[in-house]
Amino acid sequence: MMEAVAAAAPVQTGVQAHNTPYLQISGIFKKFGDNVAVDHVDLDIRQHEIFALLGSSGCGKSTLLRMLAGMERPTSGRIVLDGQDITHLAPYDRPINMMFQSYALFPHMSVEQNIAFGLKQDKLPKGEIESRVAEMLDLVQMRKYAHRKPYQLSGGQQQRVALARSLAKRPKLLLLDEPLGALDKKLRQQTQLELVNTLEKVGVTCIMVTHDQEEAMTMATRIGIMSEGQLLQVGTPGEIYDYPNCRFTAEFIGETNLLTGMVSVDEPDHVEIDVPELEGRIWIDHGITGPKGMQVWTSIRPEDVRLDRKPPATPGVNSARGTVVEIAYLGSYSVYHVRLPSGKVIKSMVPSSRWYEAGEEAPTWDETVYVSWRPDLPVVMTR
Amino acid sequence: MNFKRFARKWLRPGRATVIAVPYFWLLVFFAVPFLIVLKISFAEQDIAIPPFTSLLNYEDGGLLHVTLNLANFQFIFGDELYADTYLSSLRVAFFTTVMCLLIGYPIAYAIARTDPARRNVLLMLVMLPFWTSFLLRVYAWMGLLKPNGIINHLLMSVGLISEPLEMFHNTFSLYLVMVYAYLPFMILPLYAHLVKMDIRLLEAANDLGARPLKAFFAITLPLSKNGIIAGSMMVFIPAVGEFVIPELVGGPDTLMIGKVLWNEFFDNNNWPMAAAVATVMVLLLIVPIGLFHRYETRELEGKNV
Repeated sequence: MMEAVAAAAPVQTGVQAHNTPYLQISGIFKKFGDNVAVDHVDLDIRQHEIFALLGSSGCGKSTLLRMLAGMERPTSGRIVLDGQDITHLAPYDRPINMMFQSYALFPHMSVEQNIAFGLKQDKLPKGEIESRVAEMLDLVQMRKYAHRKPYQLSGGQQQRVALARSLAKRPKLLLLDEPLGALDKKLRQQTQLELVNTLEKVGVTCIMVTHDQEEAMTMATRIGIMSEGQLLQVGTPGEIYDYPNCRFTAEFIGETNLLTGMVSVDEPDHVEIDVPELEGRIWIDHGITGPKGMQVWTSIRPEDVRLDRKPPATPGVNSARGTVVEIAYLGSYSVYHVRLPSGKVIKSMVPSSRWYEAGEEAPTWDETVYVSWRPDLPVVMTR
Repeated sequence: MNFKRFARKWLRPGRATVIAVPYFWLLVFFAVPFLIVLKISFAEQDIAIPPFTSLLNYEDGGLLHVTLNLANFQFIFGDELYADTYLSSLRVAFFTTVMCLLIGYPIAYAIARTDPARRNVLLMLVMLPFWTSFLLRVYAWMGLLKPNGIINHLLMSVGLISEPLEMFHNTFSLYLVMVYAYLPFMILPLYAHLVKMDIRLLEAANDLGARPLKAFFAITLPLSKNGIIAGSMMVFIPAVGEFVIPELVGGPDTLMIGKVLWNEFFDNNNWPMAAAVATVMVLLLIVPIGLFHRYETRELEGKNV
C-alpha cells in the first residue's frame, strides 16, 4: 500500500536545476472589463510544498487559482510548471487537477466512476484504471462506498471523493479551492489534519485557496496573503504572524493593536516612535530602515500586552493608562478592552492564572489599569 | 391552547383542500369526460339525438338490461386500416419528437448558456409564436408552401427554379409544420433543466482532461435526461392525436388517428365508433405517460438525480 502511494507522487523530471522553483508565476495580471482582479502577482512554489493563498472574498485568490487551472486566461504574465510554459494551455491539457469548492462531483456517477473519469480521458488500459481507482479509494478510505452516488454521502465523504478524483491522475500540481469550506466547523478541524496527512503521503505539490486563516495556518507550509489583487506577503505561518510586513497582514492574521506614529529617534540599536494615541512613545530595541520623521504603524499582539494595576516603571514609554471597558472571559484567558484617554482601545489578552498567582482579584469594568509591553515585541510597518 | 393540537385541527383540512383542488380539476375535466367517452364507445350508432343507443334499458318486467356493444372495438382491432393508422400516428409523433429534440436541444442549450440579461429576450422569442392563433400560423405555412405560394413564387421569379417545388400536402410539409408547432414545447423543459445545471461540473470535467465535446456527452447530456424525457412527452403525446396539421398541410396519404376520429364523428356521425377510436388512443398514450410518471416520482424521491 505504501509503495503504491509513493509511486503516486509526481514524477520528478530532473530537467530543472536545484534552485529553480517547481512552479513559477511571473507578472500575472488579470482584468475583467475595467476591474483588475489579479494585479501583477509573482510567486514561486517549490516541489512538494503546500501553499495557501489567503485573503477575504474578492481579493483575487480564486481568479489566480482559476488561471492556474486554465479556466481563466491571464491578461498578461507567465506561468511555468516544471519547465513547461502552461500560460495558454487549455485546462484539459494541463498536468494540473483541481478540487472544487463544494466538490463538483458528477451527480449521475458513482464514487468509483467519479474517480475513474479523469483516467478514462487519458485512455488508460482498463486494468490500470481499476487498480488506480482502488488505490485512490484506499488512500481516502472510501472503498466501502465505491458504488454509492454522491448524494448518498456525507459532506466529509464527498470531500474525500473529490480529493481522490483530483489525485487520481497524479497531477504535477493540485489546486484546492476552499477545500473545507463546505464542512461544518467541528468536522473542518478534524478534516484539516486528515487532508494534510493525505497530501503529504502522496507528496503532491499543492496550492490551496482559503479565506480561513486558521485553515491556512494549520495546513500550509507557506502562506501568501492577498488583498485587492495583490500578493502582500509570502512566508511561513510563523513569519506571517510574528513579522507582518503591512497593516493588512497584521490585522488579517490574528488580532492586533495597531498604533500610528512618527519616528522620532532612529539609532542603529533602537528607535523611538511618537504615538499621539498613547500620549507617549514606543521604544523598540532594534533599528529599522527608515528616516526620522517617517510615518509608521506599530502592531502589538493582545497576548503581548501586559495588564497591571500599578503604574509601570517608565511612564509614557511602552505603556499607557486607561479604563477597562470590556471583558471577554474565554476560560483559560480573558481579553480586556482598555480605553485610553485619547479614545483608542487597546486589547490585552490575560491568562486567567495571572491574577490567581499574584493573589489579586481580576480587574473589573471601569477600573483604572495600565497596559505595557516589552521593547522587543512591537512590529513596525511602513505601509 | 397547545399549538400541535391547533395545527392538527386546522392545518390538516387546509392541506387536504390544497391537494383536493387539482384532483377535483382532473376528476371534472378528465376522468368524467373520459368515462362518458368510454360509455359512448360501448353503445351503438342510432338515428336519434344524441346519435347513439343507451347502455341501460329498463323493461316493464323490472329487468334492467345492460347492453355493452363491443363491435366498435372488434372492428378497430379487426380492420388493418386502424392498426395502420395508429402505427402511422405513432410514427409521425415519434419522428416529430426526434426532430424537435435535435433542433430544440441546441437552441435550449444556447439560451441556457447566454448571460441572464439576454436569456429572457431569447425565451420570449421562443414563446412569441403563441401570441398568434395556432390555426393562423398553420394557414400562414399554407401560404408559404403552396405551389403558387410565396416561396415558390420567389424562387421562380429569381429564376432558381422553373417548376414549383413539391413541398405542400406531402410528408415534408407535414413534418415541417409539426416540428414548427411543437418545437417550443421541447425547448422550454429542456431549457429549464439545462439552465440549472452547475457549470462547475463542466469545469471539473475539463479539468480532468475531457475536451468540451466529450464533457458534453459525459456530463451535460446525461444530466439533462429528465429534460429530454419531459420535452419528448410534451411533444409526443399531443402529436399522436394531432388533427389540424395533417388535415391542412399533410398529404392525402397521411394517415393520422385524429383525422379518422374527425371522419367518424363529423362525416359518418358515428359517435360510438369515434369514442372507441379515442379510447384506444388514450390507452396507447397511457403507457408512455405512466412510464414518465414513474420516472418523475423516482426523481422526486431522490433516487435518480
